[in-house]
Amino acid sequence: MTQLNRLTISEAHKLLQKKEISSVELTQSCLERIEKIDNSLRACVSVCSDHAISQAKKADRSLSDKTSGPLTGIPVLIKDNMCTTGIRTTCSSKMLENFIPPYNATVVEKLNEEGAVILGKTNMDEFAMGSSTENSAFFPSRNPWDLERVPGGSSGGSTVAVSADECIYALGSDTGGSIRQPAGFCSVVGMKPTYGRVSRFGLVAFASSLDQIGPITKDVTDCAFVLKAISGHDKRDSTSAPQQVPDYTSALIPELKNIRIGIPKEYFVQGIQDEVKESIYSAIKKLEELGATVTRDISLPHTEYALASYYILAPSEASANLARYDGFKYGFSHPEISNMWEAMEQTREHGFGAEVKRRIMLGTYALSAGYYDAYYLKAQKIRTVIRQEFDEAFSKFDALVTPTSPTVPFKIGEKVDDPIQMYLSDVCTLPINIAGLPAISIPAGFAGGLPIGMQIIGKPFSEETLLRIAFAYEQATEWHNRKPQI
Amino acid sequence: MLRLCYNKSAYYFIISQSFYFYAMKLTRDDVKHIALLARLGLTDDDIDKFSVQLSVILDNFEILKKVDTTDIEPTAQSIALKNVFREDKSEQSYKAEDVLANAPQQDDNYFKVQAVLE
Repeated sequence: MTQLNRLTISEAHKLLQKKEISSVELTQSCLERIEKIDNSLRACVSVCSDHAISQAKKADRSLSDKTSGPLTGIPVLIKDNMCTTGIRTTCSSKMLENFIPPYNATVVEKLNEEGAVILGKTNMDEFAMGSSTENSAFFPSRNPWDLERVPGGSSGGSTVAVSADECIYALGSDTGGSIRQPAGFCSVVGMKPTYGRVSRFGLVAFASSLDQIGPITKDVTDCAFVLKAISGHDKRDSTSAPQQVPDYTSALIPELKNIRIGIPKEYFVQGIQDEVKESIYSAIKKLEELGATVTRDISLPHTEYALASYYILAPSEASANLARYDGFKYGFSHPEISNMWEAMEQTREHGFGAEVKRRIMLGTYALSAGYYDAYYLKAQKIRTVIRQEFDEAFSKFDALVTPTSPTVPFKIGEKVDDPIQMYLSDVCTLPINIAGLPAISIPAGFAGGLPIGMQIIGKPFSEETLLRIAFAYEQATEWHNRKPQI
Repeated sequence: MLRLCYNKSAYYFIISQSFYFYAMKLTRDDVKHIALLARLGLTDDDIDKFSVQLSVILDNFEILKKVDTTDIEPTAQSIALKNVFREDKSEQSYKAEDVLANAPQQDDNYFKVQAVLE
């Protein structure tokens, strides 16, 4: 059998169980694909072939013992901001270029318990700050649908790899849209779960009150499998939620009777491209045909304040979180400088890239004496208003539907020196992080051969509803079956 | 749409094709002060660039003044969990050699740093 790398989790799982393929064959197929195309896509920062093959052999043994689950023996790539024991974890930063974690992130441990095969680590915007992967200190990743365009970010390496079949699925992290926006740009499924649903232990912190790990998969069913595997309370992350983890696959029902969907009009203005608007409008019609009750033109009037609030809150938290990179405990260092303060300043000057510095500066300013109330406290209050507005909407609706991003993927280099333009590409996704809600992006069309994503937003812990809506839409459309010609 | 242009000698916006010079919110001295608070070394070029870029970003924050937040409580994080405690019991931690494995300089199981006092 050829092209095993193109399989989904559910397809591969069936074949593995029937012993028609082995995990070693499946893993080799992904490694060969990486070998063949990653020179042009640059999705991976580290590939650990030997480690992967030995995990695959182990998985093949446990498949014989029948102690296996749906992820046993299935190859995965992990965004390079999740710690992996003995495997370099760089955050695509010079600061952590040679950092080898002494422990696994909880999600990695959970995947290991499931018998997953870790192929390697994926490229990202440095410390997850960015929307294009151009902020990687190593190299930008390229969109498999058009190599001249960005794949989105910050989890761009993971979405590229899934889209181009370099792996069967991947993990990403999402602070303001970093799973959903690149999932939309690469035409794959990406979910940001409810804040607290997935443990953040071992995820290198960017903005702790906003960060959340989630699945990046080829279809919605796979998303349900991965979400179940990585969710749950973790005593090592005190913000992780104690709620039971449901069997998400039982939520996958291909009709939408009794589902009420609201369409917030504020997500269809602000520089949205016509083709994106049209695609999402026809997707909404499809949801109606599937039985959903759709209410158009509902209003979330404070949406326009989300972007500014986010770019106060996230950099403020980042400036505190990134204070740990001092060049003494781990990471890049200037040990030859004899003055401690100067060594620290030099370490941070040469270890961080431009966007990380910009956000540290912005956050430090917003938290500094005399400005805290005007910026940080104000943004936290607006956060309350935005949350309440969503709460109110969810008293009437089961879900809200919007575009994932206002445009199709943009050209590499197009926005890299214009932070405001770059920040605007997350305008549809970051309000969801501010409110801590779950949301999923699924393929919903193409414009000139470039992918368009639809975002479905739910109330806290309503991942099942989101998966049901996404699944019903996916079953009724063909977008997810299209593959980039690479 | 507001678009920021930057070159070494002049800072300007283009708004509807018209140019005008801009009074910056952050001076070079402000930028140097923030960099000191953040212990972040910056080049002269960085200082110029950040004083423009951060000023523009701060200008975009002005919009928040339009929202009346009287009597609104701030939200620090989005879920209602609070006071998460664990039993005060010591547990097995990581081995010192593992914790020190990534240290740029170490000495006798300690992180080694430069002299703090002159």
